[in-house]
Amino acid sequence: MFKQSKLYGEFFMQGDIACAEGALSVGCRFFGGYPITPASEIAERMAFRLPLLDGVFIQFEDEIASMSSILGASWAGVKSMTATSGPGVSLMLENIGLGMMMEVPCVVVNVQRGSPSTGLPTSWGQADMMQARWGSHGDYGSISLCPKSPQEFFDLTIVAFNYAEKYRLPVFILSDAIVGHMTEKVVIPPVEEIKLVERKYTKKKPKDYLPYEVVEDLIPEFAKAGDGYRYHTTGLTHDERGYPVMTEECQKICVTRLVEKIKKHADEIIMLEERDIDDADVVVVAYGITARTVVPAIEKAKKKGIKVGLLRLITVWPFPEKRIRKLAQKVKGFVVPEINLGQIVLEVERCAAKYVTTKSITHPGGGIHNFNDIIKAIEEVAYE
Amino acid sequence: MNNENMQAIVERPSDEEQHHPMEDLLRMDRMPHIWCPGCGLGSCLTAFVEGLIKADVNFDKVAVVSGIGCTGRVAGYIKLDSYHTTHGRAIPFATGMKLANRDLTVVVFSGDGDLFAIGGNHLIHAARRNVDINVICVNNFIYGMTGGQNAPTTPLKAYSSTAPYGNYEQPFNLVGVAAASGASYVARWTALHLRRLTDSIAEAANKKGFCFIEIVSPCATVFARRNMGGTGLDLLKEFQKRSIIDHSADPTKIPIDMDGKIICGEFINEDKPTFWENVQSGIKSKVEKEVEWEEMQRKLRQKVTKKSKSME
Ligand SMILES: Cc1ncc(C[n+]2csc(CCOP(=O)(O)OP(=O)(O)O)c2C)c(N)n1
Ligand code: SF4
Repeated sequence: MFKQSKLYGEFFMQGDIACAEGALSVGCRFFGGYPITPASEIAERMAFRLPLLDGVFIQFEDEIASMSSILGASWAGVKSMTATSGPGVSLMLENIGLGMMMEVPCVVVNVQRGSPSTGLPTSWGQADMMQARWGSHGDYGSISLCPKSPQEFFDLTIVAFNYAEKYRLPVFILSDAIVGHMTEKVVIPPVEEIKLVERKYTKKKPKDYLPYEVVEDLIPEFAKAGDGYRYHTTGLTHDERGYPVMTEECQKICVTRLVEKIKKHADEIIMLEERDIDDADVVVVAYGITARTVVPAIEKAKKKGIKVGLLRLITVWPFPEKRIRKLAQKVKGFVVPEINLGQIVLEVERCAAKYVTTKSITHPGGGIHNFNDIIKAIEEVAYE
Repeated sequence: MNNENMQAIVERPSDEEQHHPMEDLLRMDRMPHIWCPGCGLGSCLTAFVEGLIKADVNFDKVAVVSGIGCTGRVAGYIKLDSYHTTHGRAIPFATGMKLANRDLTVVVFSGDGDLFAIGGNHLIHAARRNVDINVICVNNFIYGMTGGQNAPTTPLKAYSSTAPYGNYEQPFNLVGVAAASGASYVARWTALHLRRLTDSIAEAANKKGFCFIEIVSPCATVFARRNMGGTGLDLLKEFQKRSIIDHSADPTKIPIDMDGKIICGEFINEDKPTFWENVQSGIKSKVEKEVEWEEMQRKLRQKVTKKSKSME
């Protein structure tokens, strides 16, 4: 068992710091990273804290090395993480794909800033939503969580590690510069109260062990380096032994499972916050910081007599399609505000298309939505 | 000679009784391998396995990490924990693994293109940090797997499929780069120097710090065809003719060109603090920091708790 972080109590804490503390409290003991605004504070905190907890911090030459290193550390049996922003994620994507293919538990934090390219380093955006889902080449299932506050940045970092361990994949936390840099009250529970999910280490004898066996829950058992299993793993399409097999059949079994293992467990993975949804005519679907900025607009619209609810996506990927589809059958329409030029709205639209219309309220980044734009959109949908 | 006479001279085991001497360390169920006849990679793999045996390491604690390329396939043929990663990224992967579990012996086995073109930055930084991993680099002067394109080692004027007029880029001297970046151990051998290469691999396996071994090995197919002609064996003979052993040579001054000498040897074998040792000594003050930190957090917690109570 790892040396536990004994930090608990109430703090006035920055989001990025809360993220680092969340990771430490769930047992992350390897951080490989490269500085980038607005995520650097996570690395800085880790650099200070990890040695105190017998963990390893290393600042690499770039994000490619950082991502690659956390896969290696995870194969060695240590919970590992990296934190970056959009440009860094772009560099990490090939190895995120390797993590998906080899099924390596780890956490990748993206504190989003204005983009594309170098964009707005010190300002915010939510424009890497699709990148988190489809960024690396090929098909795979993925998990992304979106915190709205420093407290949630702490809590969801714990959840992200637990999901990574349970479903064996790199899990994204899609935060943004506002949540990363805002300072608010953060309550850190005592260690005993933190729920830890450990990965499914195999108990089989080395000769019976198949690193990619297709099992009922679609999540193969894990064997770490040095335990005598002498297994092979590769980014190539592989069979149950982990051996490369370049055939259509093998590709089908190998890749389909990567997608299906997330689909199969989607209901356990998806977390939503619902407010005043039951009798709503209009549902605002929002995530991250936007889910907070829209609240006053929703309240105002309610005062004007509109029945409007908020559906906050805590889990963005896998997308809660079942819930949206169900809502679509009884509401007048959806409003989707986001700090990008329309990304998650595509998903809402896809689920609602047969039933109702969806209104996208975009924002290019560098600011947050105008209160009046949201009210106007809610009204338009309500009185359409 | 007829078969009967042969039987009389040597007692041969039956097919079932025959074992490959390295069977325990190779994935026999993956044979035959994909390498071309006459390629030097088979000998490199043999030397690697023999080197590990000689080093008397605990095989359960050895992890082999490769990038992508013909050489990168080594990870797939060796029956140890083995990781076939992405092109150029074996070194940071191995670094993460080694730092996360310092009991492991972590060896990166990959090609010159993989380690010095796409992965060059990682190599120099791992050597600079003196991370305790071993890097074995097979230099075949070309990109084998992708069909003979220019590599960062392709000698000046040599032909490749992306240098149809002859290569006009100055090649890297691999041992020079590794030495200049800070490696603790640097050696170069050809795939013909099997005994010395095996010794080097064994030496590196038990040595702390960043160890780098270059193996000059023929690509019988896509390099030889355009440049030297002949079979893999002819190439090996050519290498033999051209190579001289000089342990005292300055590794930064011994580039390899199309027809000059290939200087081989064990050029650097030093003991200096590794990355992890530096981490350990750098946090001598850890205990004081910890006390300081907990005291600070306690005060902070009291302050916040008091404040939120007074707000209630
Ligand atoms: C990101 C990326 N770019 C390009 C490739 C294609 N590729 C595969 S192997 C290789 C070159 C390998 O050369 P070297 O490391 O010298 O190995 P060799 O095959 O000669 O042993 C390239 C460019 C790839 N797999 N990934
Ligand atoms: S292409 Fe060259 S390096 Fe690759 S297996 Fe064939 S001979 Fe060996």
